[in-house]
Amino acid sequence: MSEETFDVEALNAAFRDFVPHNRALGCTIESVTAEPPSLVMVLGYDDRFVGNPETGVIHGGVITTLLDSVSGASVYVKLKEPVPIATLDLRIDFLKPATPKRAVRARATCFKTTHNVAFVRAVAFHDDENDPIASGTSTFMLSTKGKSVTEADLYGKKDERR
Amino acid sequence: MSDVQAFIDAARSSGDWSRLTEAVPYLRFMGIGVEVRDGKLLGHLRATEMHVGNPTIPALHGGTLGALLELTAQLELLFRAETAVLPKTITLTIDYLRSGKLQDVFAEATVLKQGRRVTTVRAVAWQDDPAKPIATATLHLLIIGG
Repeated sequence: MSEETFDVEALNAAFRDFVPHNRALGCTIESVTAEPPSLVMVLGYDDRFVGNPETGVIHGGVITTLLDSVSGASVYVKLKEPVPIATLDLRIDFLKPATPKRAVRARATCFKTTHNVAFVRAVAFHDDENDPIASGTSTFMLSTKGKSVTEADLYGKKDERR
Repeated sequence: MSDVQAFIDAARSSGDWSRLTEAVPYLRFMGIGVEVRDGKLLGHLRATEMHVGNPTIPALHGGTLGALLELTAQLELLFRAETAVLPKTITLTIDYLRSGKLQDVFAEATVLKQGRRVTTVRAVAWQDDPAKPIATATLHLLIIGG
């Protein structure tokens, strides 16, 4: 792709520090690729996330939230200009329980945008994307009300816009 | 018998489900619980600033609504005595209909089809008016042991 690069710290300022629920959980962007437009978010293990106190396995809601967060963030990697977005739908297949005490990662790829809609595929895993915990498919409405997270705070793309 | 199973059994016999959800760290952290109102099981998210996903509106994070819908669907099966063990979610499909305001969210679940191994459940979440849902979900839940 172009000379466009991504400042992971600036993206974290927008998506983690500026978004209260991502900040509460600690959803942190780890890496970004422009082509295909995708990014990886990591969430450390935390006793507060446990859904089954006997096994220590984290709750499905944590996986749902991580996949929603990473999928929305991936739309901004694809978009040329940041616009406000809102999740339209999200389908998650739960493939296996997360392993207790281990961080969970998720990669989302925004593989298509139209004037109105962005389409995203995502997968949650520990270390190996080919051994997934869950997979997600989602769509986002573009140019909804409000401001985009990146407009409102910082924009992670280092380009001529700044 | 496991601790979780003991909480499930106690909730089913006493009708008090709060001790079960309080025994789960994530639900305590999230302020998600269930209550019985007019004989129906009702999921309840006590929304705080921590649940916000878009601070510019502000709107609740979609993942928090997903967590509420999933829990309400799972516990509906226990409440209706369709199963005695916590069902496992196979798939969860959420439709977001309106942005969630920074106020409490309620949810209710309906069994669409009870199968031998899989039960299909619809869950609906709303804030001010049950007739104006903010999100709905369809879940396939595995109800065999193991």
